[in-house]
Amino acid sequence: MNPIPYHWQYLPLLIQIVVAFGLGTSMILGSRFVGRHRNSKTKLAAYECGVEAVGDARGRFSVRYYMVAMLFILFDVEAVFMMPWAVIYRKLPEITGSRFFGFWEMIVYLGFVAVGIFYIVRKGILDWSLDKADL
Amino acid sequence: MTIWWFVLWSILKVLVVTVVLLTAVAYTVLLERKVVGRIQNRWGPSRVGPFGLLQPLVDGAKLFLKEDIVPTSVYKPLYLLAPVLALGCALISIAVVPFGNPEVAPQGFRIFQISDVNIGLLVVLGITSIGVYGIALAGWSSNNKYSLMGSLRSSAQLISYELALGLSLVGVVMLAGSLNLRVIVESQAAHGLLSWNIFGGFQFVAFFIYLMAAYAETNRAPFDLPEAESELTAGYHTEYSSMKFATFFMAEYANMITVSCVATLMFFGGWTSPLGNLIGPFQNQIINAILPIFWFVLKVFFFLFLYIWVRGTLPRFRYDQLMNFGWRYLLPLAILNIVGTSLWLALKQ
Amino acid sequence: MHLILFIVFAGLCLAGALNLLLQKHPINSALSLVVVMTSLAVLYLLLGAEFLAAAQIIVYAGAIMVLFTFVIMLLNAGREERTLGSKAAVALGFPAVAAILAVIATVILKAQDLGSVSLSDGITSTEELSRVLFHELLLPFEVTSVLILIAILGAVSLARKGHGDQEAGK
Repeated sequence: MNPIPYHWQYLPLLIQIVVAFGLGTSMILGSRFVGRHRNSKTKLAAYECGVEAVGDARGRFSVRYYMVAMLFILFDVEAVFMMPWAVIYRKLPEITGSRFFGFWEMIVYLGFVAVGIFYIVRKGILDWSLDKADL
Repeated sequence: MTIWWFVLWSILKVLVVTVVLLTAVAYTVLLERKVVGRIQNRWGPSRVGPFGLLQPLVDGAKLFLKEDIVPTSVYKPLYLLAPVLALGCALISIAVVPFGNPEVAPQGFRIFQISDVNIGLLVVLGITSIGVYGIALAGWSSNNKYSLMGSLRSSAQLISYELALGLSLVGVVMLAGSLNLRVIVESQAAHGLLSWNIFGGFQFVAFFIYLMAAYAETNRAPFDLPEAESELTAGYHTEYSSMKFATFFMAEYANMITVSCVATLMFFGGWTSPLGNLIGPFQNQIINAILPIFWFVLKVFFFLFLYIWVRGTLPRFRYDQLMNFGWRYLLPLAILNIVGTSLWLALKQ
Repeated sequence: MHLILFIVFAGLCLAGALNLLLQKHPINSALSLVVVMTSLAVLYLLLGAEFLAAAQIIVYAGAIMVLFTFVIMLLNAGREERTLGSKAAVALGFPAVAAILAVIATVILKAQDLGSVSLSDGITSTEELSRVLFHELLLPFEVTSVLILIAILGAVSLARKGHGDQEAGK
């Protein structure tokens, strides 16, 4: 019925990506050429509610942000592994011959991850309001 | 030969859908101003055109013609790249969304979906995860304390809730056995309302996890901390003005629409009618093609209205509450939902 | 068509990698690495591995590189200073790289039973992948979760306050 091979379905996606970024670029460039430019030193200064900016904006920030990003990677890997499992889940009993095969393999997998979550919560790693956290 | 028709057809589809999406973005802004206005007992925009309907056009023209200010202290290449990244990522996901019944397409050319790939859901999640860069780079390159603080908060919030968002959808994927968004919708088409994943698939917990994670993902109230104006001025886009600001603004609303589309597809049966086969297929092919689009748009409109309603009703969270909620409640709840769904499916078989 | 796309994205990948080395500012290098990761995803797609391509984008471009960007933002890592490097490093480095490349090239050229992947039209579905992953390769899959757990413990202990003077801190 469909004369177009499946892998051609990625072409429209590519076109959409090109159009989306092209649109963004052209909007910004277009407005740059259309609008007037009448600049002064104060106008181009960093905005700090009328007070003159003191020091560099880029300082050091709480290590908790680093922890969030680090833990995000780990749980993201876990989430990515769950997607193919979810796709095949209803067919696993046929393939393996056991009704609970898919269930138990994911329970074991999630068990280890749950220990990780428990540890993080107990250590107060992501508890932003507590100063007594071990961080 | 068919290939060239396919290419031409794809370009046409992309252009039409992008224009419709941008119009929808403009009118969602108007809808928000109107509805929030009514919630706060005032009229909202009402002067430009009948009922203020021309307001978005005028706003767009105004922002486009405004002076383009690039502060001296910014890191220019990334400062200009960030809004492009934000808007680009926001406009891509719509390509995999099926918004009408695919069966009416002639010769295998799909009318109501730009790109019918088998990993549609992962494309949406992947694009969402790339979208973080727009915000992170905007804050960093602005070289402004408010911007940097806002963008750090915002990026941390986005990545935290992305986990809950992804995991809440696993249950639906389990039920449908596919990552293809069209197949996921078709798996809910059997008995109308009763076979939608939220009711028939017992995914209401997943739906509420998704809803809350989605509000956080799009930086909307009650999770709009990156733009907490009382403490951060305007968050990551403090230094952005004119069209560059408008680009971030449009990206936010386009993301809202995408997230609403995904909620509709995953939990509310996409283009399928809530009445199922009670209103059977009509003789007229045009009605058969239009009606699914009507249902789809109605459901998406409902989610957009909910967004605005929530914004007009709920106060903003504190940052520690936000992070606690995401990691300590939403994430374990999403995992429990997966365990529950898999147990239910295993027992049912 | 496949070959054209392959050349374009392989070129983009190499250009990104070179840019990563040549840029002075760490954030530019990090973004070049994002470009490398994304073009690798397209190469996977050209080889027919669509799930792998999506996972590459989600995990590498969307998570790991976000961590890199975060670290640069958090630490206020500035411009690097360019040094000429010691003469010994240049004298030893280039021959060493050439030797390693030569060894790898000979191994690949000599090996007969490596198997090959062609730029094909066929795309492997996610279902086929999970059929293998969740039945035949069950043990490696379960071990991954142990690996994640160890990584969580490692990350937490790295970020903790004062390794040596724990008692003094309290």
